Amino acid sequence: MKVAATLNVNGFSYPVELDPGMNLLAAVRDVVGLTGSKEGCDDSECGACMMLLDGQPVNACSYLALQAEGSAITTVEGLADGDTLAPLQAAFLDLGGVQCGFCTPGMLVSATALLAGNPNPTEDEVRIGLSGNLCRCTGYDGIVKAVLSVAETADRG
Amino acid sequence: MSVQTFTTAATVDDAVAAVAAGARPVAGGTDFVVGARTGKSTMPESVVAIHRIAELHGVESLADGGLRLGALASHAEIAASDDVRERFTALSDASAIVGSHATRAHGTVGGNLMNASPAMETGGPLVVLGATATLRSPSGTRSVAVEDLWTGPGKTSAAADELLVGVEVPAPAAGTGSSYLRLEYRRQMEIAVVGASASVTVADGVVTNARIAMTALSATIRRVPEAEAALIGSDGGTAAIEKAGAAVAAAATPISDVRGSADYRRAMAAVIARRAIETALSRARGENT
Repeated sequence: MKVAATLNVNGFSYPVELDPGMNLLAAVRDVVGLTGSKEGCDDSECGACMMLLDGQPVNACSYLALQAEGSAITTVEGLADGDTLAPLQAAFLDLGGVQCGFCTPGMLVSATALLAGNPNPTEDEVRIGLSGNLCRCTGYDGIVKAVLSVAETADRG
Repeated sequence: MSVQTFTTAATVDDAVAAVAAGARPVAGGTDFVVGARTGKSTMPESVVAIHRIAELHGVESLADGGLRLGALASHAEIAASDDVRERFTALSDASAIVGSHATRAHGTVGGNLMNASPAMETGGPLVVLGATATLRSPSGTRSVAVEDLWTGPGKTSAAADELLVGVEVPAPAAGTGSSYLRLEYRRQMEIAVVGASASVTVADGVVTNARIAMTALSATIRRVPEAEAALIGSDGGTAAIEKAGAAVAAAATPISDVRGSADYRRAMAAVIARRAIETALSRARGENT
């Protein structure tokens, strides 16, 4: 039996009806209709589904959607300010942090959480911090450079 | 089977009543959802979400020098505690490397313990630190030593109507250092291939107390009395550490799986145990590690 709930995604409230066993990724992609977050492994190994829950990173494939009611959910669609890309998104484009793009939504969300907790990480801290996110193109170098460039920008500011 | 009923408990009493009525508690969901999907366990018919219960959160330093962890204390919260890092260092070592930052933000110490994986990170440290778990049921509350909590892979000694509500760790004796170390292939989203925990007390150059536990080397995480005996009364030198490491390897009854063969695990058991003991001894002596 489906349960009526409200999910707050990127600042908007979505009234939804969910199967109680449905995970957050399926709810956001298939019910809310925001398909930026990806299903990679469906096993918490790859991080392609990563979202923020009240600012904290979560592997949405492994979190019950109904548990997220009452929390602020942020997906990759919520990182930009209207048509203006977030600095991290712009840096991914400028520095070759995107290849096939499948891991990118999760990478961006993961890096956003990393920088929120540690605004000026070392390269090693970025590599460890993002190692729960797999890039099948193995394009890690551009990703790490992009994250570091935003950290350095923040530092100069 | 799919989940038919889902409730969110606001209080411990609500949660205990739901568990006693057959609901499966879910907190961070990091094991629960994956386990159900991979067929390791079936999705329960009834689920009670306990993650909003304020009284089960928190990492609290007690007046008597001990530590109290709410069942919902997240790995991130535990890893961020200066007191845990300084005095309950093995637990800090473990909490800091559970899963990825996403796992640590939502995964809880209570869930880690009650899922009873022989490869869990926080179990070994809590065993060597002498922690006790508090279980609550409709008929009352009882304490059980964490080392007596598990009866097999995925199995605990908790009754079906009991909910883990917290963990207490006693104050470490003066001159105590502790450490947790795992063999890993990847830096995050990793599970111990082999793990070892050590808590040692050194007084006037002599090891006066030692607790050693092994992880992912037997059906449950457990202490290795032979390794402890090899250290107690010794100077904590190379010979005693070698002997303790060999004792862990001898006591190990590992499985072969995709992560490593039993032979490989047994061989690495001695190495990882030795390194965990060396680090714990350095910390006990106040060396900077």
